[in-house]
Amino acid sequence: MPDDNTPLLKVEDIHKSFGGQDVLKGISVNANRGDVISILGSSGSGKSTFLRCINYLEHPDIGRVSIAGEEIRTKKDKSGSLVPADPKQLARLRARIGFVFQSFNLWPHLNVLQNVIEAPMQVLKLSRKDATERAEVILARVGLADRMHHFPAHLSGGQQQRAAIARTLAMEPEVILFDEPTSALDPELVSEVLAVIGSLAEEGRTMLIVTHEMGFAREVSTWTMFLHQGKVEEQGPPDKIFKNADSERVRQFMASHLH
Amino acid sequence: MIDLQGFGALLFAGTQVTLQLALAALVVGLILGLLGATAKLSEHAPVRLLGNGYSTLVRGLPEFLVVLTFYFGATDILMAVASTLFGYDGYIEVSAFAAGTTALGFIFGAYASELFRGAIISIPGGQAEAARALGMTKRQTFFRITLPQVWRIALPGLGNLFMILMKDTALISVVGLEELMRVTAFAVGRTKEPFTLYLTAAVIYLLLTSIASLGLRYLEKRAALGVREALS
Repeated sequence: MPDDNTPLLKVEDIHKSFGGQDVLKGISVNANRGDVISILGSSGSGKSTFLRCINYLEHPDIGRVSIAGEEIRTKKDKSGSLVPADPKQLARLRARIGFVFQSFNLWPHLNVLQNVIEAPMQVLKLSRKDATERAEVILARVGLADRMHHFPAHLSGGQQQRAAIARTLAMEPEVILFDEPTSALDPELVSEVLAVIGSLAEEGRTMLIVTHEMGFAREVSTWTMFLHQGKVEEQGPPDKIFKNADSERVRQFMASHLH
Repeated sequence: MIDLQGFGALLFAGTQVTLQLALAALVVGLILGLLGATAKLSEHAPVRLLGNGYSTLVRGLPEFLVVLTFYFGATDILMAVASTLFGYDGYIEVSAFAAGTTALGFIFGAYASELFRGAIISIPGGQAEAARALGMTKRQTFFRITLPQVWRIALPGLGNLFMILMKDTALISVVGLEELMRVTAFAVGRTKEPFTLYLTAAVIYLLLTSIASLGLRYLEKRAALGVREALS
């Protein structure tokens, strides 16, 4: 059983290479309940790959991931990647780790409500009635109460991303991973999505956020990691990383991104 | 009015058989097509080989030959099985309808498997990823997320195949099934009125394919719900 010192999410020493190219060279992170960890870095630094390795959407070559003390069981496959050893365990743990994608990945053949109740019904085995009640509360929260019966294709990008966040929230995950949640949005739609994510941070959700929205990251994070070429260049409280980082590279990055 | 010389009822009965055969073969073909497509996309090489072998083989042979092979082959196999397992040495005949359904279903399935495969891979991978990330199993993802969309994407192509299937039912006349083509030929032999009767048969086939085409348009419209009107 996890004691009080066990982090909610424990990610240890993730390595990953694509075709001989080392993308991640040993990255670890611990998230305790209520932590909001922003992961920054220039493109190609491995931020998204790292996030995807946490719930095994990408298979790391080395590394371990535990949620509330339970480690995702893995085995080596022929190519040397770690693959999940127990699909059932992985599915069960994934249900506790929310993932919000850059490109929303809503299901186009289902309307917003159906998108949100699908996994709770299939995975958590909720009745349609219970799942719908839960979904209605969440959709109202993300401001989509009046769009419930619309299909994704009829929504703006910001609305689609809020629907995708609602779909994730409906699983009541313990940790939520955000993979550049606003990068695919038109500039004027960014703020509505950030407002939703910000409100989740305020209510004490545990989150890891890969983002290019520096001002937002600084405001909501409790911890900031800066990745460079597959390694943690520097990490610390946001005030330190954003204002006076030790690393020259981080300071330069901040100077060119904060204005 | 065209004089069918009293063969109208027979032609009607033949039309019914044709329709039953086409629908039965459609069901068999859709199942085989889906199985074939999933086999082709399997992570296991032998299963992929099986799926690819099936469509390559069936698509590479004349349909006529496939029909004959199924009819006579099934008879031989059944008789061999009956004789070795049950010691029964009498003559067993496979019904022409069963052989026809299987043969046409096999042909339809081989083409449909390519259609389904194309439809499955055309669905952005992120959608399945989202399902898996929410804890859905591979099976749930396939049946709840992928398959309903495959249907929409493959529908126009399937409609095309169904038209061809409808006409291919005429091939089953060679193994003695009393479908439209065979009863027409029979009536022609009796009446010596080939033009009138064959023309009538042609009109019936056209009618059937037209109805199928209308039905297809309806299905496409329904399946496109929420998708197509937004894209246009």
